[in-house]
Amino acid sequence: MLISNLEMVPGKRVIEHLGLVQGSSVRAKHVGRDIMAGLKNIFGGELKGYTELLQESREEAMQRMQLQAEAVGANAVLNVRFSTSSIAQGAAEIYVYGTAVRLE
Amino acid sequence: MYDLIVFLVLLALGYGVGQYAEKRHYRSIIERESRLNRLPAIAVRSPPVQPYYDQALVSGNVVVSVDYFKRFLAALRNLFGGRVISYESLLDRARREALLRMKEQAEAIGAAMVFNVKYETASISKGARQTIGSVEVLAYGTALIDSRGQ
Repeated sequence: MLISNLEMVPGKRVIEHLGLVQGSSVRAKHVGRDIMAGLKNIFGGELKGYTELLQESREEAMQRMQLQAEAVGANAVLNVRFSTSSIAQGAAEIYVYGTAVRLE
Repeated sequence: MYDLIVFLVLLALGYGVGQYAEKRHYRSIIERESRLNRLPAIAVRSPPVQPYYDQALVSGNVVVSVDYFKRFLAALRNLFGGRVISYESLLDRARREALLRMKEQAEAIGAAMVFNVKYETASISKGARQTIGSVEVLAYGTALIDSRGQ
C-alpha cells in the first residue's frame, strides 16, 4: 500500500477515487513516564517517553487507516494529513486521514 | 521560608542545566543540519513528474519541554506583555529537530529529496497545571527515491 501526502503519484494515473479514509488513536501516558516528565519540566529538554508514545500512536493510527483503505479496495492513500489534539488532561488523540484511490 | 529556598534552588537548577542542555542541543542541530543540507526538503506540493521515483511517507517528531527558569520568565512576561523569548527558542529547537529527524529517516531509505513538507504543532498536556510548556512538533513529507539505481 502506497501512503503519501502528495496529491498525485509521479508516473501513475489514478483510475478510481474511493473516498476519505481515516484512523485515530487516543493514548494516555503512564505514571512512570509522567514522573520522568515532571523532572524534565525542571531541567528542560526532550521528553523521550512522550516522543515514543506519540510515535507509536501515530503508527497505530496509520495502520487503522490502512486497514480501512484495504477494506474499500484501494491500493494507495494520497494527500495524507496528520492532526493532534489533546482531548483531556494527559491524553492525546492522533488522527490521520487521506484519500483512498486505486492506481493503475 | 522553606518554600522560597525550594523555589530558588529549582530556579537555579533550571537555569544552569537548562542553558547547558539548550547549548548542547543547538550545537548538535547545527552540525546535523550542515550534514543533511544536501537532502532538500521542500514545501512544494507537486513533485517532478518523472516515473522513476518511488515514494514513501517520512516523518519525524519530538516533544520538548521548557525548563523551570524559562517558565518563570514566561510567567513574568505574562504580566507585562511582549515577546516571550524563552518560548521562541523552545519552538525553534523543536521544529528544527523534528525536520532533522524526518531528513534522517529519508536518508536512511535512500531518498533524493522530500516534497510537500508540513509541520504540525501540538501542545500536549494542555491544561495540566504542572506541565505547561511542553510542545510536540511533527514534520512529515513525501520522500522521493530514485529507483533507477536498483
